[in-house]
Amino acid sequence: MTALLEIENLSVALKNGPRLLRSVSLRLDRGEVRGLVGESGAGKSMIGKAVLGILPRSAEVVEGRILLEGTDILTLPPAERRRRIGRIAALIPQDPLTALNPSHRIGPQITDRLVDILGWKREKAEARALELLAEVNISAPARVMRNYPHELSGGMRQRILIASAFAAEPALIIADEPTTALDVTVQKQILKIIAGMQARHGTALLFVTHDLGVVSKVCQSLSVLYAGKVLEDTQVADFFRAPGHAYSAALLAATPKYTDPEGSLMPVGPEVLAAVQAEVDAADREWRHV
Amino acid sequence: MDLLARFLIRLFSTAITLFGVAVIVFTVVRVVPGNPIAMMLPPGATPADIVRLKALYGLDKSIPQQFVIWFWGVLHGDFGTSISLRQPVLGLVLGRLPATLELATMALVMAILIGGASALTAVRFRGTQIETGIDVANGAALSIPDFLWGLLLIIFFGVLIPLFSISGRISPDLQLNFETQFYLIESIVRLRFDVTANLLAHMFMPALALALPLAAIIGQLLKQSLKETMELDYVTLARTKGYSETRVILREALRNAILPTLTLTGVQFTFLIGGTVIVERLFSYEGLGNMAIDAVVNRDLPLIQGIVICFAVIFTAVNLVVDLTYAALNPRLRHA
Ligand SMILES: Nc1ncnc2c1ncn2[C@@H]1O[C@H](COP(=O)(O)OP(=O)(O)OP(=O)(O)O)[C@@H](O)[C@H]1O
Ligand SMILES: [Mg+2]
Repeated sequence: MTALLEIENLSVALKNGPRLLRSVSLRLDRGEVRGLVGESGAGKSMIGKAVLGILPRSAEVVEGRILLEGTDILTLPPAERRRRIGRIAALIPQDPLTALNPSHRIGPQITDRLVDILGWKREKAEARALELLAEVNISAPARVMRNYPHELSGGMRQRILIASAFAAEPALIIADEPTTALDVTVQKQILKIIAGMQARHGTALLFVTHDLGVVSKVCQSLSVLYAGKVLEDTQVADFFRAPGHAYSAALLAATPKYTDPEGSLMPVGPEVLAAVQAEVDAADREWRHV
Repeated sequence: MDLLARFLIRLFSTAITLFGVAVIVFTVVRVVPGNPIAMMLPPGATPADIVRLKALYGLDKSIPQQFVIWFWGVLHGDFGTSISLRQPVLGLVLGRLPATLELATMALVMAILIGGASALTAVRFRGTQIETGIDVANGAALSIPDFLWGLLLIIFFGVLIPLFSISGRISPDLQLNFETQFYLIESIVRLRFDVTANLLAHMFMPALALALPLAAIIGQLLKQSLKETMELDYVTLARTKGYSETRVILREALRNAILPTLTLTGVQFTFLIGGTVIVERLFSYEGLGNMAIDAVVNRDLPLIQGIVICFAVIFTAVNLVVDLTYAALNPRLRHA
């Protein structure tokens, strides 16, 4: 069966600069939940951006393929690529405070894509939005639809963004650290909502996080990233039993209870870091020779 | 704060500003060299004639006394009598004001259209030769002042390729017996589109000359804030939804990017109105600015005062409109 998402040997580099992603390969089947872990700057978001076609203007794909439902989106003309990505994938962003348009009401921010891209009737799209808002535990969905973002709390806005991501029933959702910008108390609720939505809708999820505790609860498979290189690609159960890379083992050891409330620092010993950096450098040398 | 209270405070501060303008202009025109009486004396006038004329126009009293008399009249709608034209100042100013308002508004519309279109095009094609080309054009438009644009336009479209009229507000043979001074609006309301076309042909070059520098400012600033807005999270998120780049620019970015441009356009529009003085002269356009130059040349003190007050009222009105539009466009202010 063709995978829902298959990334093959993807390298992304700054224009005339160093590689940010180093020959990344990654596969996601329908309904699968895969964690993407790595320290800050490892390139987790960059993978999501490449898949969603929103790489920064300073970066470009220098090799590899990104197959969405079997089609390499990198070879499609821009307009078609946009439409295809919009139909298949959606993003739950990291910071709910900046991810909603301040000058539009909530309603259209959920329904517009249904109406304008998928050609739904406005009433149908609005009914659907109300349904989804109720599903993410928003108690007065009709009122919230008429609110502006600044009238709502961060937790509310993140629920709205989750509802919006599921609106068009995408096959793939990329959640980029969807709870790091929120209060600790709200984080758990949001995580539960995402997990619940994922289970009900059967959506495949690429879950970017720092938090191995979250990975153990939500994900089935896992990719460990360091300096834009995938060090390990494994099942979650195997990972926690016996991590397949010294770096992964150090990560795991550094977070004994699999919880990392700050969610940013994962102290890893200097020897391990030196070893993994050597691995990355070797990969770079080899890459330049081909 | 509630909107009405804000409006009342604004109104009050506006009144104080206008009073300040009145005091300053009244004093300045009386202390700078140049004597209105000397300008109107017939050859061979006696000192007695001078005294008589001075008394006639109230110029024999001290400046504070003169001011009180004049200001009392202003409060009752009497701005005095023009020395050179021998008619009430208020009627003269109101008679010319519509011509200038039509010209300035036309220039503003052109500036917004040209500037807006150039900014949107540059952002749509950012990072390409098209953006560079637009930047260069904007730089040129900005470095040439409005009256020089007027001269260049006269040379190109008036003399070399005579497409447009270069003088006046309307062809003399086209007299419509206008009932108002708002010729353009009236011709449209009366469905006399031949007259409208004639008016537009006269207005085109002076309006364009006034518009180009402002268009460049609008174009550059709007482009800059659009480009910044295009990098924000909510725009990036919208991009993943499958919208076209054009739609993302127009629907997601434009409204949030436009506020700084709006404020600056308000300020710059007052400069544009100031520019009408020379540009109207250049194109013999019968507006307030043209009249202002005559008034200064003739040292027509009451008329100068009336025109300056009129410009000051326009400036404060423009600022008020900008503030209100700003509030209307910004949901955070609207609900505050
Ligand atoms: N717009 C950009 N221009 C240049 N370099 C960038 C840009 N965005 C990210 N990078 C670089 O790309 C690398 C990967 O960044 P990325 O945002 O994917 O990291 P991340 O794993 O998501 O980290 P975090 O956990 O902090 O979100 C980093 O070294 C970062 O400095
Ligand atoms: Mg990130």
